[in-house]
Parts: sequence; structure tokens; C-alpha cells
Amino acid sequence: MIYDIRLSITYNYAAPSMQARNILRVLPLNRAGEQRCLTGEISFEPRPQERADWTDFFGNGVTEIGFQQPLTNLTVHLSARVERIARAPQLDLSPSRPRLAAELAGLQGIDADSPHHFLTPSPRVAFDAAITDFVGGILLEGSTVLAAVRDVGRALHEGMRFDAGATDVNTPPAESFRNRHGVCQDFSHVMIAGLRAHGIPAGYVSGFLRTEPPKGKPRLEGADAMHAWVRVWCGAELGWVEYDPTNDLMVGADHVAVAVGRDYSDVAPVKGAVRSSGGQKSRHAVDMVPLPG
Amino acid sequence: MTEHDPLDALIRGYHVPAGVADEMIGADGKVRPVWRPFLQKFAKLSAEDIARRFGRGDRYLRDAGVFYRQYREEGSTERDWPLSHVPVLLHDSEWARISAGLRQRADLLERVVSDLYGPGDLVRSGMLPTELVAGNPAWLRPMVGINPPSGHFLNFVAFELGRNPDGSWFVLGDRTEAPSGAGFALENRVATMRAFSDPFPHGTIHRLAHFFREFRDEMQGADGHPDSRAAILTAGLGTETYFEHAYIARYLGLMLLEGEDLVVEDGRTMVRTVAGNKPISVLWRRMDAAFADPLELNDKSRIGTPGLVNSIRSGHVSMVNSLGTGVLQTRAFLAFLPRIARELLGEPLELPNIATWWCGSAQERATVEAQYERMTISDAMGQDLPFDVSDDTIIAGRFPDGRYADVSERLDALRGALVGQEAVSLSTTPVYEEGRLVPRPVMLRVFAARTAHGWSIMPGGYARIGPSGDATALALRRGGSVADVWIVSDRNVPTDRPTTVERQFQRATPSLLPSRAADNLYWMGRYVERAEGQIRLVRSYHMRLAETGADDLRVTRIAKYLRRTGITLEDPVPGDILENLRHAIRCAAKVRDRFSIDGWIALRSLEAEIAGQRAPVPGDEAARAMSHMLRGTAGFGGLVHDNMYRFVGWRFLSLGRALERAQAMTWVLADFAAPTAPEGSFDIAIEVGDSVMTHRRRYLIETNRSTVIDLLALDHRNPRSVRYQVSAIRQLVSELPGAEVNGELSELARAILRVETKLAVADPKRLDTDRLVSTARSLGRVSDLLTQTYLT
Repeated sequence: MIYDIRLSITYNYAAPSMQARNILRVLPLNRAGEQRCLTGEISFEPRPQERADWTDFFGNGVTEIGFQQPLTNLTVHLSARVERIARAPQLDLSPSRPRLAAELAGLQGIDADSPHHFLTPSPRVAFDAAITDFVGGILLEGSTVLAAVRDVGRALHEGMRFDAGATDVNTPPAESFRNRHGVCQDFSHVMIAGLRAHGIPAGYVSGFLRTEPPKGKPRLEGADAMHAWVRVWCGAELGWVEYDPTNDLMVGADHVAVAVGRDYSDVAPVKGAVRSSGGQKSRHAVDMVPLPG
Repeated sequence: MTEHDPLDALIRGYHVPAGVADEMIGADGKVRPVWRPFLQKFAKLSAEDIARRFGRGDRYLRDAGVFYRQYREEGSTERDWPLSHVPVLLHDSEWARISAGLRQRADLLERVVSDLYGPGDLVRSGMLPTELVAGNPAWLRPMVGINPPSGHFLNFVAFELGRNPDGSWFVLGDRTEAPSGAGFALENRVATMRAFSDPFPHGTIHRLAHFFREFRDEMQGADGHPDSRAAILTAGLGTETYFEHAYIARYLGLMLLEGEDLVVEDGRTMVRTVAGNKPISVLWRRMDAAFADPLELNDKSRIGTPGLVNSIRSGHVSMVNSLGTGVLQTRAFLAFLPRIARELLGEPLELPNIATWWCGSAQERATVEAQYERMTISDAMGQDLPFDVSDDTIIAGRFPDGRYADVSERLDALRGALVGQEAVSLSTTPVYEEGRLVPRPVMLRVFAARTAHGWSIMPGGYARIGPSGDATALALRRGGSVADVWIVSDRNVPTDRPTTVERQFQRATPSLLPSRAADNLYWMGRYVERAEGQIRLVRSYHMRLAETGADDLRVTRIAKYLRRTGITLEDPVPGDILENLRHAIRCAAKVRDRFSIDGWIALRSLEAEIAGQRAPVPGDEAARAMSHMLRGTAGFGGLVHDNMYRFVGWRFLSLGRALERAQAMTWVLADFAAPTAPEGSFDIAIEVGDSVMTHRRRYLIETNRSTVIDLLALDHRNPRSVRYQVSAIRQLVSELPGAEVNGELSELARAILRVETKLAVADPKRLDTDRLVSTARSLGRVSDLLTQTYLT
């Protein structure tokens, strides 16, 4: 499947922002055998005086822009064409949790693909006793890690209400879980906190979701803005598996990944520093449509 | 030694606790030779002489403003600096062995950190457990793969040292993030030398100055490239050690910058100065790395510089130390460094570190479980030193609050998140208490700086001393004192060696003035002057009150004027005055590196005086209290005027005072010299303007509106007049960078020239209230322009 993806994010600053500087992670990833970014272009309005592009620790594309003149508004445009190859359905080759622990103990290394980065609390994902207990009550003795992922994901999907207005980007998982509501970021953070607390390496993926569903399928939550889901390391044999707790489904050809990290703080589409006395407003618009044919 | 030997008497009651070493008394029970010359002099001092000498040291510290200070939202708290006046003495042959061990350790740490941010072989080969790095908040992923532009990750480090019962030394912890204490060590040295001036021999003590200057020259680059600029990057007034940052900045002549002083342009890190943005090449970092850049590191940081990491990545700025070196402070690393040393260096550690067991490995866990009674069990990722215990540290099987811990259960639950560390004891050193020397446990913080010739070890250190005779390292967590460390040679040491740069005479290029520092100087000037103006008005009020009583029209007029400016007269000394003075002190605190110590003391003692005085009786007594306060502000003004070097910073301080005074006087005249003002108002204006005598001499008639306006608005010889201050402002502005733009006056220079010209040609009779108000407004615009041009 080939998609045309368009994203635009607009910021309006109440007071002119001096020396604005932003870093962006919006360009779709290249992932061997799963996803190819055929074309991708990021543009800005107004044009920044400075621009630098590089790849971060986890392999995500990063663009840094800087403005020397005062800024009253900023629009980021992304236009990309992405080829998405769905993985063939796989057998559950994942180990039980005790076996997973043993596999992890045998893995030495701090390269970006090491599951060890995804086992401990991270800036936006602290452990929370309520989440840990909730997930603990779902995990079955002797079940595989992949089964555990599905069970926990389903339980969260059923237990938490999707509510676009209840939380914001800074809501900690403990809070959204206590209130049992949130958006894709909250669902993902809660699931990550729960899995990690039980020794299962879990990370955060930001990306796009097909805007209009294929015929006969329901429109998915999260298609109006950038989306987020969870990746879980299911042992050496199966490797990383991605799961969308907001929609309770294994990630397939309808999802296009942009960035991976430990939590939202590693992958935020736009991080900015503005010297401005007032607040700011932002507007997102996303379009992800399959190419006909 | 005879019965009457004073040295014998001095140490007779000194009992070293059983089972520990002592710095003064050797293993043979005798005074160590290196202490003898010092003790022989000390023993001959009378108790009064000792008290006088120690008092001299303490006074130095107080005057220099050395306190334990903590700034919080509610204000600051201060405690006296706890100097134990008796230094710790070590022979330089022993020091040479310690230094060699520390150089080896510093090299090892450099190898480890360059691997953690580079190839990652230590983890891959199993010499460091993966989880201690991958799960470590101090290991900063954005820094992985970046080679430090200076070629080194570590440039300035510190080590915490203790002495074993057998006399050997060991390391309790490595400080690699942004070690503090070197500046305090310098202050301890000065204060201790004040106490032990003549007849104490000094020639054999190694000096500290060379160590610092060599390091500074290294940072600034010996090539003298004009763009090679070094500065200290501080986390700001909010940090406990801010005083030290300011002190070292002043001592070494380096700029003291905060994150907001810096801006990144095209990958270059620039400092925002009153003369525009200027590149900076080296930052001696005194803030935690995670806060340095909100874009790539902790995105909640409000003290960082956006884009700094990318500036480092592009090789334009060096950090001392590199961002991310704090990972080396991880407590659990101490369990692995001995083996890493053997593997990487092919030799054992010359100075062992505190025995540490990481509970993530089954074998070590078993050791901890079996021997927990002789151990401290704490957070493996902890960065604190062994004696900085937290609430869930287990000491010999108990939590700090005394509860017993179930060690096995805790080890099962937390495994690799825990380490066990040997409960070490330290040596003791003499402290002078109640007329005698008593032994107290001591730990040394020793500093190492990278220079062109490798690691240079500061010959001395910062000793921390426990509060009681308990010689376990843990005793140090309950306060205590600090002391100087003397490294003593058998013969005189060279007084000081000039550094490479100093060998040729070189006048430093005028240092840059960061905009934020200029802003603080400007506002310090304004606030002090504002307080002074208020004191004058309040004094006038009380003088009139004493003369005529509360119902007099002039008394109510001043009260009304004061009320309009927000001052109520319910208290004889209005709280506003103290408030403004405190604003001035806050500004001064932010520019301690650029502001004279005497000026600082003048402000602080004025504040203390006002805050501490009992409320005077309204009227005559209150007026006299105001006069006394005016002498305080005059003292400050004199220091600024007579003693401060005319750096750019002085101009901003003076501009603040001049603008405040000119504006305040304009408003006073607009009110008290209004044609409708009640009888006697002109006299008030003259009085507030401190020009009673001048008026009498200069005009042969009684005060009338024209004489008042002439003397206080237009007279270019009266420092109290608007015109005088406006001319001063015009002159100061003309000396600022960028006063001319392409050969033409800047907008600011034109604005103040317009005000001056109007006053120069004004006729006293026609300078009515409307024109005065318009002058005050023009001055307000000058202040805005100044702020826009230089201070933001």
C-alpha cells in the first residue's frame, strides 16, 4: 500500500516570540521490510534562517529550525509518500515472561535496538502502583509475552474511555489511568508503564493513521492528528511487535511510523523554545490517503 | 619532651578513637613530623590569641559574603560558614602518591565515559552491566556519538578521599558532573591564613593559585585567539553553590553566564551582550547536564539554552565537562571500576575505591545478604556520596528512622536497583573545641584539572569534618565543619610560578558585559536611588510633623504625594523602602562576580540596619532615623562613584541611578512646585532636593517657583537637578557600545539629547507642570529605549 501523507501544524503566538527554535520529528521512518519513505519534504512558513537535519539515537529523523527575527506564527508542512508493507500474520513465537527475563539477561549492549532502553521509568513514564497492580491482575502465569500484550491492551481499551478533551500532552499516565480516560498518548503511556513494571520492554511510537478506513471498516480514533501506539519486545525470536491500545489492534498497514522512543518526550513531533510573554495556540491537520490502484 | 613542653600539654588530652587512623598522630602514637612546626607555634598561643585569630578568619568570610546560602521562593536562608580553623596537614611526599593515584583514576574515568558515548564495548563485553547504562537517567542519549570538540570528556573532576585504619587512602566517590568546592577551598585557604599569620611558617605550604590559573589559561586557549572565550555557566541564584560560581568567576576573570545569556545562531553559541551577540568557545559548566538544553535534554528545563546540544554536535563549543559525564558518578559503577582498570589499563587501581557490591549479580547479592550488618544498602543509580543517605537507605539492617529492614525481601524485590557498600570508617583530624584539640572524622575533596601537561592535582583540598567523635563515614551527613588542607614540603616552595600566558605582559581584552548582568546593574542603581528618594521624602514628612503637627497643610501634602507613589506612613519607616533595598540586593546577588565586595557589604548592612531597628517615634526621632539611613545610601553612592572601575557595567549602574533620580525629581517638582501648591511647598522641594544651603547662597530672595525650578530642574551644576542628571545620562549613553550607528547618533542617544537640549534652553518661568510631566514621560521613554537596545 502506498500512502500520500500531509501534515500541517500551525502555531500562533500571543506575543511575538524572540529567537524561536524548534526541533521536529515528523518525517516517516524507513523500516526494512515494513515501511519505505519514498519522498518526504518538510517546509516552513515563514522560512527559518537556520535549519539542520540529523538522525537521533533511536534512528528518527530530526530537523532543527531557528529564527532570529520575532515570530508571530509558524506553520510546519510535511508532504510524504510512504510505502507500507504489512507483515504476514505470524505465529506466536514469543517466550513466557520468565524466559523473556532470561533472554534479556543474556543481551549485552547499549545500541539503539537493545530492549534494555525500554525497561525502566523514562521522563514521561513513571511507575505507578495502580497501573502495576492492574496489569499484574491481567497477566496470566505461563502465557506468552505476545498474549500478555494483547490481554493488557484489550483490558486498557475496555477500561479507559477515549476522550479528546480530558487530558493534555503533559498529563502523567498515573493521572489518566486514575480517571480512566485520555487520548492515544495516554493509552500508550499507561500500557508502557504497566508492561515495563512487569519486566516487559515497551516503547512509544508516533505516526500516522489512515484517515478514511477501507470500505466496511470503522473510522479509527486518532486519525485527525498524529497518532501514537506501543511497541513491545517479545523475545529474540519474534522481536519487536507493535500494538495500538487506543483502537485495540495489532499495528498493520493502516499505521505509518514516524518516530520511536521511550515515551512521548523522545518523539514529540514539535519541541519548541520560545521567548514570548504570552501563550500560544496550535492547530494540527493530517491527511493520509492510499494511492488508488 | 618534658612535662612543661607546651606541645605535650596541647596533645595530652587528644585521644584518637580505637581502630582508626589520625592525621595528626601517626601509627606510632607520636605527632606526625609534618604537623610539628605548626603545633609548636600553636601550642604557645594563649586562648585569647587563638580566639582573636579565629575571629579574624571568620570576619574575612563574613565580609566576603561566604555563607551557606539557599535561595527559595520564600527568600533566602543563610548560615555562618562552618570553618574549622585548624587545617589538615599532609606531607607532600604522601600527596605525590595520592596525586599519582588520582591521575590514574581520572584517566580511567575518561576511558570509561568515552566508551559509553562511543563504541559501547564495556557493556558489550560484560564489564559493565547493560541495565546500569541503558536504565541510567544520567546517561544522555543525545550525546551518544558526539566527540567532544576539545578531544576530552573530562576536564575538571573531584574525588572524595578517606583514610583507612591502616593509613592507606581510598576513594569514596567520583565527582564528574560539575564538581563544586574548589572555590570554597580557596576561601578556606584565605581565611585560615588570616588566622595563622605570623609567626606561623608559610613558605613550605604549596600554593593554590597556580592550579587555577593554569586551568583558566587552558580553557581560554594559549593561542590567544580573539574568539576563544571561556565562561562559567551557572544554574543561577537558585543553586546552593552560586556564591562559589560567582567567586571563581571573579577570581579567574571569567564571565559568569546563565542559560538565558546564551543564544545559538547557526550552530554557534553566542553570549548576548550589551555590544551584541559574541561567540563563546568554552563553557565551564556548573549546572546539571540534563538542564542545559530544553530541546534535546530535559524539556522541562527553564534554565537551559535551546540548541546548545546541536552547537556542541557541530563542534563550535566545548563543555567542561562534557554533557553526560555525570553518568560516572553512578554508585554501582564503583563495583566495576577495579576490574575495568585491570582490563583497560592493564594495572590495578593505585587508590582503591570503597568496596561495592552490585545486587544485580547473584553472587554479589549473596555477599550483601550475608554481610549486610557491615554494609549500607542503597540505590544503585544513586549519584550521592556514601554518607548522603536517603530515607530508604539500609544501614546495617535498619532504615535511617530506626526501623528494621527485611533485607532479603528488599533484595528480592529490587535486585539490580541496589548496591551494598562497605560501612567504612575514616581517619580523624584535630578540631579546636572549648580550648582543646579533639579528634573528628575527616574526608577530603580533591580537585583535578586537565592541562596541556595532563592532569594537574590541586595541592590542597576541601576537608569535611564530622560533628562528633564517631569516625564512620556516615557521621558526616549530620552537618559538621570544613577545613583547609595544607600540603607541606620540607623546604620552601616557589611562591608562585607564572603561567604561560602571564609570562608576557598582556592586557586582557575588555571583558564582555552580558545583557542580563547589565540589566541587573541598571536596576540595582534604580532601586537604591528609589529607596534613597523615598527616605528623603519620608524624612521631610517627619521633620514637618515635628515642627508643625499633623494638621499642617504641608504635612498632609507630602503624605498625599507619598500615598500616590504607593507609600503609606502607618509605619514610621515604610516597608517600601526596605522592599526596594531588597530588590537592589537581589539584583546585586545576580552580579556578584562583577560587583565590589564593599558595595555588597554596604547594601547588606543598610538592609540589616533597617530591618533590625525598632520603630522610631514619628516626628523628630523618625527624621533622625531617616538621616542615618541616608548616610548609608550615601556610603554606597560614594563606593560606586569613587571606587568602581569604569567598566561598561559601571555605566549601566550609574545610568540606573541617574535616570531614577532625574525622573523622581521631575515628578517632585511637578507636584510641589506647581503654581497652585500651598505655601511652603517650594521649601519641601528644596529640602527633598537636599539643596537648602545652596539655595540660600545662590539666591538672595526667599524661595519662589522660579528659584526652585532654576535650582532643581535647570542648574547644570547641582547634582540634585534634573538637568545635571540628564547631562550625565547623555554622557554615559555616548560611551556605550553602539552609541553611534553608521556615524549617526543612535535612537537612544538622540532621545536623551532632545531632553537635555530642551532643559538647556528652558526658561524657569515657562517650565510649567505640563512641561515637567512631559519631561518625566520622555525620560521614561529613554529608559524603555535603553532596555530595548541593551538589556533584553
